[in-house]
Amino acid sequence: MQTKTKELVRVEGLKKHFKLSGGGLRKEPEQVVKAVDDLNFSVYEGETLGIVGESGCGKSTMGRLLLRLLEPTEGNIYFENRDITTFSKQELREKRREFQMIFQDPYASLNPRMTVKEIIEEPLRTYKEKQAERSKRVQTLLDAVGIPESYKNRYPHEFSGGQRQRIGIARSLALNPKFIVADEPVAALDVSIQAQVLNLMKDLQDEFGFTYLFIAHDLSVVNYISDRIGVMYLGKMVELADSDKLYNNPVHPYTQALLSAIPVPDPTRKKERVMLTGELPSPVNPPSGCRFHTRCPLAQDICKQVEPEWIEVEENHFAACHVVKERLS
Amino acid sequence: MIDFWKRFKQNHMAVIGFVIILIILLTAIFAKWLTPYDPYEMDPVNRLQSPNGEFWFGTDQFGRDIFSRIVYGARISLQVGIIAVGFSFIVGTIMGLIAGYSGGWVDNLISRITDVLFSFPDILLALVIMAILGSSLNNLMLAIGIVYVPIFARIARGTVLNIKDSLYIEAARSMGVRPITILWRHILPNAMAPLIVQITLSFAFAILAEAALSFLGLGVSPDTPSWGIMLSEAKDWMELSWWTAIFPGIAITLAVFSFNIMGDGLRDALDPRLRNEKS
Repeated sequence: MQTKTKELVRVEGLKKHFKLSGGGLRKEPEQVVKAVDDLNFSVYEGETLGIVGESGCGKSTMGRLLLRLLEPTEGNIYFENRDITTFSKQELREKRREFQMIFQDPYASLNPRMTVKEIIEEPLRTYKEKQAERSKRVQTLLDAVGIPESYKNRYPHEFSGGQRQRIGIARSLALNPKFIVADEPVAALDVSIQAQVLNLMKDLQDEFGFTYLFIAHDLSVVNYISDRIGVMYLGKMVELADSDKLYNNPVHPYTQALLSAIPVPDPTRKKERVMLTGELPSPVNPPSGCRFHTRCPLAQDICKQVEPEWIEVEENHFAACHVVKERLS
Repeated sequence: MIDFWKRFKQNHMAVIGFVIILIILLTAIFAKWLTPYDPYEMDPVNRLQSPNGEFWFGTDQFGRDIFSRIVYGARISLQVGIIAVGFSFIVGTIMGLIAGYSGGWVDNLISRITDVLFSFPDILLALVIMAILGSSLNNLMLAIGIVYVPIFARIARGTVLNIKDSLYIEAARSMGVRPITILWRHILPNAMAPLIVQITLSFAFAILAEAALSFLGLGVSPDTPSWGIMLSEAKDWMELSWWTAIFPGIAITLAVFSFNIMGDGLRDALDPRLRNEKS
């Protein structure tokens, strides 16, 4: 799968800081949540880049930044080598047909007062497709995601969670996008349905050849669908590698801890569990140096002071960790 | 639409309300052919007649036929209700949608205006507006309309605030749908339920307000057959002639009541999520 073809999206120094307003009249020092702090990575055409991390690590914020649903505080996002952060509203509107989103909660992402047909048709209407074309396209899309066409005049509440997510997927495919950000698309579904939806997403990718950025907190899900995986911790990327490499040879202590937490359905196998202590620190005042040092089993003095660099551990395998760097040299 | 009617039909009270409103509407339209007497014509010989075969609802102190006046009064009441509430619904909803969706200083400005309007008691505000504009039917409708604008603006704003952060709005944004289309296609339909209920409630209040202002002598001119004016005039006679007050009173009550129960039915029927539950 891993063919390093063309770069589709490139992210440079992407930051999103949310300001917390202090209480009204009192002069309090302004607090800033660094939800996404200095991300650099690329997404290649046709691949699936998985992003994992704990709740609140900035995964979803990053997904929304890539589609410019949120305005970045700093940094650039190149889509096919054009910086979309500089686009005007009009240009952005035109460009939006090329990147779409699949949302986490299929119960909230479909307008309850629109029929399935209207929902899937909406992106087509937005880009002024003709009525006849639209009906044909809706039919094709419903077929592609496995919803019987006879259901097209029903409302979202008449469907199950899995079916609703299929409808959401059909909507995101309506305009033949090149890039799809899937924000935890199966997290709200029953485990039995998750596999179905994941397979559907994979099949659709094979059929239409788009690129996924797949956000999740479930490692087995991400491993199943991704070609490469990035691990995030408190707004920063800590490790990025091909999924096989990341699973078999994780170098960052945080990744190691995450992977060791995956339950293995084999009672005879003894696991070495890397236990993390402590809570996820608040992103309002993230720890100095390496943000992971408060919970890291290998933390050293340097970790508390200096932010680790983003280094290439081996080919296509990046990590940000002082200990790893030391081991290499 | 057929579907909507089916669901509406299941609510019998609402249908009764709808039928009564329809009857009032038809009476208002065909008043000319339904009334045995001219509502303005005085007949001193037959003054304060109790209800009988000749004068079904009796006559007032000038000998005017109360039945005819009530039938014509439906015109005034419905006209005031429709135009005043229509005005406040359209103006208020647009204000609320804009305030809720755009936020920032626009929201602040609109919200403060509604706060100011809200801080006066309804009737007092209408009185002030009437005092400034002078009394006429048009000004009466405008005054009542202005009084109810802030209610619609607030309801619309609150609902928009609630809806605009939902995922399907974000989904629409991510597809490049224009803000105005989002407001019209996604937010307004989902915000309609409380607004429709408010329309029917305000309709009832508008009829009452017309009656109250006319009762206070600030509405339409005193010889006009309006339910409020009839009630106002009847207050001097009702101890002797109950019918002068009872019939306009029943007319007001019936109209207000019908609008309220129809409003409840409409709200339920408009919500696709409540569908099929009773079938």
